Amino acid sequence: MQRIGVFVCWCGSNIAGTVDVQAVSEALKSEPGVVYSTNYQYMCSQAGQDMIIEAVKEHNLSGIVVCSCSPRMHEATFRKTAAAAGLNPYMVEIANIREQCSWVHKDMLTGTEKAIILGKAAVAKVNLNTPLIPGESPVTKRALVIGGGIAGIQTALDIADAGFPVDIVETKPTIGGKMAQLDKTFPTLDCAACILTPKMVDVAQNDKIRIFSYSEIEEIKGFVGNFDVTIKKKARFVKEEICTGCGACVEKCPMKKIPNEFNLGMDNRRAIYIPFAQAVPKVATIDPSACNMLKNGKCGICSKVCAAGAIDYTQKDEFVNEKYGAIVVATGFNPISMDKFDEYAYNQSKDVITSLEFERLTNAAGPTAGKLLRPSDLEHPHTIVFVQCVGSRCASCAEKGKEYCSKICCMYTAKHAMLVRDKYPDTEVYVFYIDVRTPGKNFDEFYRRAVEEYGVKYIKGMVGKVTPEGNKLKVRASDLIAGKQLNIDADLVVLAAAIEPDKSARPLATMLTASMDTNDFFTEAHPKLRPVESPTAGVFLSGACQGPKDIPETVSQASAAASKVIGLLCKDKLTGNPCIASPNELMCNGCSTCENVCPYGAITYIDKEFMNHDRTKSLRRVAQVNPAVCQGCGACTVACMSGAMDLRGFMNTQICAEVDAICR
Amino acid sequence: MQVNEYKPLIVAFCCNWCSYAGADLAGNNRLNYPADVKIIRVPCSCRVNPMFILRAFQRGADGVIICGCHPGDCHYTSGNYYTRRRMALLFSMLDYLGIERERTRLEWVSAAEGAKFAATMNDFVQTVAALGENKRLEDLRCKK
Amino acid sequence: MHNNNRKIADEIIFRSGVNVRKCMKCGKCSGTCPAYDEMEYHPHQFVYMVETGDIEPLMNSKSLYMCLSCFACVERCPRGVEPAKLIEAVRNAQVRQQDKNHMTANDVPAKLDENIPQQAIVSALRKYRK
Repeated sequence: MQRIGVFVCWCGSNIAGTVDVQAVSEALKSEPGVVYSTNYQYMCSQAGQDMIIEAVKEHNLSGIVVCSCSPRMHEATFRKTAAAAGLNPYMVEIANIREQCSWVHKDMLTGTEKAIILGKAAVAKVNLNTPLIPGESPVTKRALVIGGGIAGIQTALDIADAGFPVDIVETKPTIGGKMAQLDKTFPTLDCAACILTPKMVDVAQNDKIRIFSYSEIEEIKGFVGNFDVTIKKKARFVKEEICTGCGACVEKCPMKKIPNEFNLGMDNRRAIYIPFAQAVPKVATIDPSACNMLKNGKCGICSKVCAAGAIDYTQKDEFVNEKYGAIVVATGFNPISMDKFDEYAYNQSKDVITSLEFERLTNAAGPTAGKLLRPSDLEHPHTIVFVQCVGSRCASCAEKGKEYCSKICCMYTAKHAMLVRDKYPDTEVYVFYIDVRTPGKNFDEFYRRAVEEYGVKYIKGMVGKVTPEGNKLKVRASDLIAGKQLNIDADLVVLAAAIEPDKSARPLATMLTASMDTNDFFTEAHPKLRPVESPTAGVFLSGACQGPKDIPETVSQASAAASKVIGLLCKDKLTGNPCIASPNELMCNGCSTCENVCPYGAITYIDKEFMNHDRTKSLRRVAQVNPAVCQGCGACTVACMSGAMDLRGFMNTQICAEVDAICR
Repeated sequence: MQVNEYKPLIVAFCCNWCSYAGADLAGNNRLNYPADVKIIRVPCSCRVNPMFILRAFQRGADGVIICGCHPGDCHYTSGNYYTRRRMALLFSMLDYLGIERERTRLEWVSAAEGAKFAATMNDFVQTVAALGENKRLEDLRCKK
Repeated sequence: MHNNNRKIADEIIFRSGVNVRKCMKCGKCSGTCPAYDEMEYHPHQFVYMVETGDIEPLMNSKSLYMCLSCFACVERCPRGVEPAKLIEAVRNAQVRQQDKNHMTANDVPAKLDENIPQQAIVSALRKYRK
């Protein structure tokens, strides 16, 4: 049996004005377990708190009920008071007789009556309270960043800047991501490489950062503060430490007709390659599906020309195991496939290209060395049609497009149109739009400049059909404002393809038990207040893996994620919330229902040995809650069919006791 | 206890992050609602076990209302979705058992909606009061 | 009168099974329509005018019979609005109201030429039958 002390606060006249505090403390005296009951003007004041501490000592109290303001206000205060008195802080319950009683009821009689009932409910709960001790777990002071685009780079740099070691895992042979493929960046039009490559060099030179390029995540175990990650370093058949990136091997490689991914297949690379001049790490990689030596054992030229002796045809995939305290997901995006959009003739004509391909086409390091030439005949295009929202805001068919707005297309299309008109003023440029969406600093001004200063023809309407005819592309479109159907003979059609999360995101989310939305974007812990954290503790989100984003937004989110990681890694130990789910192993039947409803992936199952009635032993699968991950929502407790799962601090028995006390 | 005017007994479950804060806000703004409403704090609306509601009716509650965060705003991302599904089932079962649909309610009240909280409670108490006492599930052995 | 228009519009929406509110006014249907120049009102206008209940001009327009029922607009619409079905429903409403046909099936063969796709012929016969 508990020895409970009841402390009724007047809160000046805030409570005492409508509630007869004397009557309340008297009435609660006769409740089961109550050995002491009093009232005072301001319980939260130093004098009030001292009163509680003294009463605990004098009456040897084991639990405390404070009838006062909302627990959201002073629960923490009174818990500290209890701790000061030598009690477990979780032996305190608050009856909210101010916000939810004296302030909303005008009549003294009903107010007092309700306050007594609320007090009784709190007493009934404390009777069943048990001391709770928050769990502690150590923190590995190292962070993992998955993805080496601008998001991953910025996050890694910021974390390293705070003095913590960071590893970047990137599937491509180099970091840089999509930004490395871009030509200019809106709205300032500085060249992407000029602002990105210095950051890539910073990453390479930072002794806190390790880059695992051409690598993938194989397995993730553990939880916040203690992730155990296996990284697969794919064999690149070049010794990374030795290769100087001189490029002699690339020059001599006889396999010349391999489509170059970096230029989106618009030109060719060799079987051994360095994706681009400023690659980090600047190390060659052999494409095993193209290399003659690896396929048939005939060739070996690269090994002969390599002065450093870095080529190693026998290299195998290597697995690295490392512990991390926090993981940042920065897996980024890809444009969607245009295969389903037959009406735009993407697969029929080389001159129908996506915007990312257009970026490469105008990039000085691209396949045409920056000259705007159409891919089919390398002629200069005189009429260019840009089509926006290709696959974005498309709700008709899930396989075809995406229901969301891809956010960045309006701006980069304005940029492309502007750049074309700037370099080649003789070119006719049409942009077909549904809406032009340019929220952002200096964004709308940028778009207006494209229209007003550069004479880009923006047409409200949509392209219905593109038909290749001879060396022209017949574009049929509607002009909704003029109420006309237009037929344009274009030389080049550029499709602003919708963007989607990288394909690697879904399996990664499964490994992390991080949640995703129906579009495979990672969900944030709170859409407004915790936008860079995943609901899974210790997993953070950076960049377009969480939703479509432009570069400024990506970089700010990357830094935000880094600051969250730093905040976590600064701690030596993680103190958990002790009000968490805990299963009764004797009742659990291992049905996995609780695991399925847990939004945090806090529940796992183990096979545990139990003593039977006849003294034999048997193994049984039972649920286990990870105290570092559980947030204490209680979803599992209701889902549990055998009633084995309960929530500490809000136990079934406690809430039932409250219900009983109220309904008495 | 003999009472002249019938006073319904209402149990309200409020999630800690939105609705309980909403109820506090109703208090801060001194928005009156009947004292018949007694609030029980739970971490999330999804912590409300159907058992608690049945228990309340068994013990003679006249109405039970559950308040949670608005869909999409749950502090625990998805808790209120579970509540919504569970309560849809439970309420229709209670209806089948003779506990009228009006006696049970699920309402989304955010931490900023003090006025909505008070209005909801006023309306709910009125609705339940019009229905009269709950006799159907009450277990008289529980009455003292 | 206005109420009556609304009623007809609702009937058309019901019969066609088209949710006109899904339209985001991109104009891709009209951008793709092969009969655009023949039509007084264009597919996107059909959707908009039915939505606003501006039915009369549609009902009295020749556009109803100019639609080839090629379903290109249905195929290309990014929101799945299906304007051709709506046009068909408006046409039906008109025919039913007047209890007469604009053309009969017998008139169709004379108007065919070899450029008309097979689907359109079948569709035309279906349209002007009965």
